[in-house]
Amino acid sequence: MTYEELLTATALSNEQVIVMTAENRALVRNLPAVLGKRFIDTGITEQTMIGAAAGLALRNRIPVVHALAAFLTMRAFEFVRTDLGIANLPVKLSGFIPGLLSDANGPTHQAIEDISIMRGIPNVTVFAPADEDDLVKMLPQIWQSPNPAYTRINTRKTGYEHEPFELGKAEIVSIGSDVTILTYGLMFEQALIAIDILKNEGLSVGLVNMRSLKPVDEAVILQTAASSNLIVTLEDHFLTGGLYTIVAEVLLQYQTTAKVLPIALNERWFRPALLPDVLQNEGFTGKQIAEKILGYQTGHVQPTLLTPEFSE
Amino acid sequence: MENIKHTNQEFEDIALKVREHIVRMSTAGGCFTGASLSAVDLVVYLYTEFLNITPFNLNDPNRDYLFLSKGHDVPALYGTLSELGFLQKSRLEKHLSLDDHIYWHPNTHIPGVEFHSGSLGHLPSVALGVAMDIKIGGGDNKVICIMGDGELNEGSCWEAVLVANAYQLDNLIFVIDRNHFQANMRTEDLIPLEPLAQKFESFGAAVKRINGHNYTELHEAFCAYPFQKGKLNVVIADTVRGKGLPSIQERADRWFCNFSADEISQLLLELHGEHTTSLTSETLIVR
Repeated sequence: MTYEELLTATALSNEQVIVMTAENRALVRNLPAVLGKRFIDTGITEQTMIGAAAGLALRNRIPVVHALAAFLTMRAFEFVRTDLGIANLPVKLSGFIPGLLSDANGPTHQAIEDISIMRGIPNVTVFAPADEDDLVKMLPQIWQSPNPAYTRINTRKTGYEHEPFELGKAEIVSIGSDVTILTYGLMFEQALIAIDILKNEGLSVGLVNMRSLKPVDEAVILQTAASSNLIVTLEDHFLTGGLYTIVAEVLLQYQTTAKVLPIALNERWFRPALLPDVLQNEGFTGKQIAEKILGYQTGHVQPTLLTPEFSE
Repeated sequence: MENIKHTNQEFEDIALKVREHIVRMSTAGGCFTGASLSAVDLVVYLYTEFLNITPFNLNDPNRDYLFLSKGHDVPALYGTLSELGFLQKSRLEKHLSLDDHIYWHPNTHIPGVEFHSGSLGHLPSVALGVAMDIKIGGGDNKVICIMGDGELNEGSCWEAVLVANAYQLDNLIFVIDRNHFQANMRTEDLIPLEPLAQKFESFGAAVKRINGHNYTELHEAFCAYPFQKGKLNVVIADTVRGKGLPSIQERADRWFCNFSADEISQLLLELHGEHTTSLTSETLIVR
């Protein structure tokens, strides 16, 4: 099932749902014809769209709003904080091409602080699916919840079949005593490759798909810190405010510690190019991640990277 | 009116080369082809005739300024800068490569690019700040900001017009590439802009509306700068999305294009009026 199929079925079965976009139609191309007046395109006006979504929510609607993740979370930030956060309205934000998925667009389009800023708003919940299967398993609960929610949209197909979703729960893919990778979103795909390489090198390796970043699965973080010699936080996000910060906060809160290796973008925007080149250049391929963890070069071969579904 | 330095033929020769560059960048990942073809004549006219910007005065505080707020039409700017000697032509072959900085939106690694853009509605206010400083210092350089018509959806564009009016910035020129489309559809079918000239006039601007592909009209309009003492200048340049390529012209679905190598060869012939291309590559889902 695709994002659009799920949204169509959800909107058809629930009259409360309104689909909105600030002229980003990539994910909702067929919805104007299906939904009629319940499809609203406000043009290139992210702030006005969020304000209007708040108004619709005041009238008991559940707006699912679309824009590029960078503009949705940053351009409209104060509208999200003030109109959705303070009022705690069930408006659902779908941010397109987050993280490295903005490939050759350049820094203006790079949403790599989105997790940080969205999770900093009281009442706003934050989610990051690993792929399309994860996305469609997560969204029904996200859309049914009473809170504002930001979802980092990821429609890539990895072939991995995910566990059913529960708000605030991570998905444990494997458990390992030497090293455990905690990740979310696009990087899950490369983490699967990395753990294969690490296992081939003789390590006991764990992998956790965090999925729900706020609320976060504190138990999984604490359990990993206790049972694994090394935690790796892997994210296509700035080092500040994302998963590395979340792990640090949880460990400190429970007065425990762990050896943590963060793999993230540290105080810089990434170099724009097509996605396979970006992953390679930033050191985010599965092979490079494994080698960073091992501290040496391996003879393993990185599988060919899939090209992005939406290249623009 | 000041005498025009170039003949129509000279403008058209440069513009054709710029369009060839755009077509050549529309493959192997692609670019915003339709969106940038509408701006070519405008950008070529401004750099060759109107603005005091050369490859040799880019750090001179007395130069003119051009800000490209409609960042996705940067292929038109890349092509123009490379034809006019700001940028080595060979760099355009590095489009989307990690070996250079020639990607989908402008950045200051490109000589002649004053400021990065891509998020719409930012550069009207940046240009406003530059124009304010020039006024403070008593300079006579001109500041141009090119905006898309779809971009005018963003409220920040109109804030900049309000403030320019308050500060009587008659050294600032907002140029609207009025190609009548935004990403997915015709502007008038989504967020109507007309009567656009009256909108700007009611905000205190002096407005000229012209055919953005006609060099005589472009010259007449810009030579009248400043249009009125103490007023923001606005040029609404009516243009055609995809101008120069009948097979993609005025098509909502050919904003961003990623053509096959064969289609590129055909489109290059089409630019010279010798061919009609049958496009088979998938229409990209645009946002």
